[in-house]
Amino acid sequence: MSSLRPGNVGIVIVSHSPKIAEGAADMVRQMVGDAVPLAWTGGDVDGGLGTNVAGILEAIETAWSPAGVAILVDLGGAETNSEMAVEMLPEDRRARVLVCNAPVVEGAVIAATESSGGSPLAAVKRSAEEFYA
Amino acid sequence: MHDANANRAAQTFATLTASAVLVNPVGLHARPSVKLTQLAKGFTAKIEIALATDGPWTDAKSPVKVMRVKAPQGATLHFRIAGPDGEAALAAMLALVHDGFGEA
Repeated sequence: MSSLRPGNVGIVIVSHSPKIAEGAADMVRQMVGDAVPLAWTGGDVDGGLGTNVAGILEAIETAWSPAGVAILVDLGGAETNSEMAVEMLPEDRRARVLVCNAPVVEGAVIAATESSGGSPLAAVKRSAEEFYA
Repeated sequence: MHDANANRAAQTFATLTASAVLVNPVGLHARPSVKLTQLAKGFTAKIEIALATDGPWTDAKSPVKVMRVKAPQGATLHFRIAGPDGEAALAAMLALVHDGFGEA
């Protein structure tokens, strides 16, 4: 909980609003701690509401872990742009990045909690998606 | 080696039970749920919680399920634990509740 363990699955938060993305990341840091690689991105390239592929790629790079990265998204474009970003990753990394079908704030906290216990990527995704189960 | 591992896996552990009253002001809300789950994940033992001795029992390693218990302040949290490190797990879980999850 106290120190960053690079073996833990990384978490990326993608929202149309940079404030939501940053706020969700704050919640993860406060509630779960620093044991999980974490990055957020939000807004389009002009600073308006939206998402952009370059920002998502950068966030994936920041939160990268050999165990993989789980991406939490809010609406439509956040998901399609995240999928596009995953497609643009080097082939050896592509399979280790998953977009979760979970609410962005709750999913990020739950995914990070799961990751902080050393769970593999599939378990992190499954746990976040339990919110809709 | 394989036989030894198989024997160890087949070995059954006594189920330990204990309870503690939630003393922190907001009960088992989001943040304490995360702490409880993180602590539980550090043990190999199966750890379950319930608000009554007859259940329903909830997997303490599942953050979503633990939050759904929605245990309020003053509620008694029951633990049911079985595994090779069960005793250490039980002591740690009870200590976490007694300490109010570091919030009280």
